[in-house]
Amino acid sequence: MQQRFLGTDTYVATEDLMMAVNAAVNLARPLLVKGEPGTGKTQLAEEIAKVLDRRLISWHIKSTSKAQQGLYEYDAVARLRDSQLGDERVHDIGNYIVKGKLWEAFEHGSQPVLLIDEIDKADIEFPNDLLLELDRMEFFVYETRQRIQAKHRPIIVITSNNEKELPDAFLRRCFFHYIRFPDKPTMEKIVAVHFPELKKHLLRDALEVFFDLREVPGLKKKPSTSELLDWIKLLMAEDIPREALRSNEPRTAIPPLHGALLKNEQDVHLFERLVFMNRRNAR
Amino acid sequence: MLVDFFYKLRKAQIPVSITEYLALLEGLSSRLSGYSAEGFYYLARATLVKDEKYFDRFDRIFGAHFQGLEESFAEAFGQVPAEWLARQAELLLSEEEKRRIEAMGGWSALMDALRDRMEKQKGRHQGGSKWIGTAGTSPYGAYGFNPEGVRIGQERSRNRRAVKVWDRREYRNLDDDVSLGTRNLKIALRQLRQFARDGAEEELDLGGTISATARNAGLLDIRMVAERHNAVKVLLFLDVGGSMESHVRICEELFSAARSEFKHLQHFYFHNFIYDSVWTDNRRRHDQTIGLMDIAHTYGADHKLIIVGDASMSPYEITMQGGSIEYWNEESGETWVRRLLAKYPHAVWLNPVPVLSWRYTHSIQITRELMRERMFPLTIRGLQDAIHALKFGLN
Repeated sequence: MQQRFLGTDTYVATEDLMMAVNAAVNLARPLLVKGEPGTGKTQLAEEIAKVLDRRLISWHIKSTSKAQQGLYEYDAVARLRDSQLGDERVHDIGNYIVKGKLWEAFEHGSQPVLLIDEIDKADIEFPNDLLLELDRMEFFVYETRQRIQAKHRPIIVITSNNEKELPDAFLRRCFFHYIRFPDKPTMEKIVAVHFPELKKHLLRDALEVFFDLREVPGLKKKPSTSELLDWIKLLMAEDIPREALRSNEPRTAIPPLHGALLKNEQDVHLFERLVFMNRRNAR
Repeated sequence: MLVDFFYKLRKAQIPVSITEYLALLEGLSSRLSGYSAEGFYYLARATLVKDEKYFDRFDRIFGAHFQGLEESFAEAFGQVPAEWLARQAELLLSEEEKRRIEAMGGWSALMDALRDRMEKQKGRHQGGSKWIGTAGTSPYGAYGFNPEGVRIGQERSRNRRAVKVWDRREYRNLDDDVSLGTRNLKIALRQLRQFARDGAEEELDLGGTISATARNAGLLDIRMVAERHNAVKVLLFLDVGGSMESHVRICEELFSAARSEFKHLQHFYFHNFIYDSVWTDNRRRHDQTIGLMDIAHTYGADHKLIIVGDASMSPYEITMQGGSIEYWNEESGETWVRRLLAKYPHAVWLNPVPVLSWRYTHSIQITRELMRERMFPLTIRGLQDAIHALKFGLN
C-alpha cells in the first residue's frame, strides 16, 4: 500500500513538496532537499518520521565528517590501550568496531527515516563515497569480514545549503526538491499552525511588515520563516498591541523587536538608514 | 513515451540521464502523479532536475512541450468511468455545490447531459457557454466559472490560480546565466577552497600515531597535527570610478562575498588600468598609494590574482607610456600587468561587461590577449570558469 505524506498539523507542505516526498518514499530513492536557511529542511525529516510513524535517525555532517564514519569506525586507539593493559577483549576485533548512523539505520527492525543533514558541509568527495551504500543499501566491514545489508531500505532525506556542488553521479540517484520561500497565503498557514491563538489582524499586520522587510534591497540575510516565527513569539510574549505595527506608515518606522528578524548589524544599520531617508522624503 | 521531452531537456543542457528518465517512468507507472497535469509536472521536476538553477529552463521546456496538455486530459475524459467520476465529485464538491447539483436534477442527470453533449461535440472547444472545453461558463469542462460545473482534468485548487505552475517561472532568478547575488558568488568562490594544515597542533594524527607506535615496538607514541584550514590566498584588484559606475553593485557583491570567503584576501583599487601604483582606501587614494613592486615583494607567488574591471578605455591607456588619464606613467600599463602576471601566474580577469560586446571594444581585446584569454564575464558561470582557471597556473 502506498503511504502518502500530506503535511502535518505542525508542518505545512506545498503540493510540489508532497509529491517529491511521496515519490522518494514510494520509489525508495533518497530525497535531496535544498532551500534558503530557515525554511524547514531539517524539520521535514522529523515530520516525515512522525507522519509515517517511523524512527528518525539523524546524521549531522560537519566539515570534518567522513563517509566511513556513517558506516563504522575501527577504534584502533582503544584497542591499542587495551592491548597495553592486557585486556581480554583485545582478541576480538569486533569489540572495537563502532557502528555509524548508516549501519544503525540498516539494522533497524522497521523501516526508519535517515536524515543526512547538511551534506554540503563535508568534503567534496563525501557524497561519492556513499554512492554504493545508498544504491545497494549494503556495505562490507573489512575488519570482521561482515556484509551488512539493510533489513528495510530506510527513507533517506538529505539536506544541503548549497555550499558545495554535489557530484552528478550522486545527484542522479536522488530525487530533488527546492524549498522555495513561501508566498503570503502559505506563510499565513504556517504561522496559523504554530500560533493558532494568534489574532487574525495581528498576523496580517505582522506579515505585511515581514514581507516589506524582505523587499528591502541589499540585505545580507533576508529574514526567513524561522525568524518570522521567533519574532511573532516575541510579539506575543511582549504583548505588543497591533497598533504598534499598524499605525506606522510602512517603510518609515522600525518595527518593534526587529532584532529577531535582522541578524546582522550591517543589515540593521542599512535598514535604519533607509527608514530615516524615507522619513525625510515623506516630509 | 516522453522520449522527445527527454531529448529536449538534454538539448537545453539540463543534465538528465537515463537513470532519472527511468525513475520518472517508474513513478508514473506506480501512479504517483495522480491524474493531474500538475502532479505530473511536480513528479517530473523532482525526478529529472537536480539543481534549482535548472528549474526555470525546465519550466520553459515543459511549458512548450506540453502545451495543450490539460486539454488532452479533458479529452481523455470519455474513457473515464462515470462511477469513478461521481466518487471523485463526492470528495471534491462542497455541501453547497452538491445542493446545486441536486437543483439541476441530480448527479445522474448532469452526467447524462454531459455524455450526450460529448457525443455531439467534435473537436476541441474553448470559450462559449455550451460545449465541453476550457475556459467557458458551460457546466462542463476545465477552468470553468460555473459553480454547477463539472471540472474535468482539474485539481481542486485550480480556481485560485491564474497561471499554470510552470508558466509562472518563479525560479527565473536561480538560473546561473542570469543572476548574481552575494550568496551565489560565495558558492562560486568556495570552490577555490584549499585545505592545508597550518598552525597549532591540536588534532590526533591517527595514522601517524599508529605507525609511530608500531615502530616503537608497541609502546604508545602519540602524534598530533594541526587542524585543516582554508589556506588559499587572494590578491583582488578592483577597477573603480569612470565607466565602472554602472557595475558598482555587482562589484560590491563580489567583494563582500570574497571577503567573507577568504581569510587571506588583500584588495587594491585602480582606475581604468593598472600602472605603477594602486591604493587600498578609496577616500585617501591620493596620499596613500602602494607601489606595485612593493606588492610583488610583500606577497608570495602562491597568491591568486583576481582583477575586476571592464577594460573599456582608449587602447593608448594600456599600450603607451603616459597613457594614464590621471598622471604621467613612465611605463605602460601593459608592462605593469605583464610584471604582475610573471610574479602571479594564477591570475584571471573578471569583466562585468557582457561577453557579446567584448569584441566591439578594442581595449578589451588587448587586455584579453594580455591575460592570455583568461578573461571571464562576471556571471555565475563565468566566475566558476574563472575559479577553475585559477587552480592552474598560466605557465
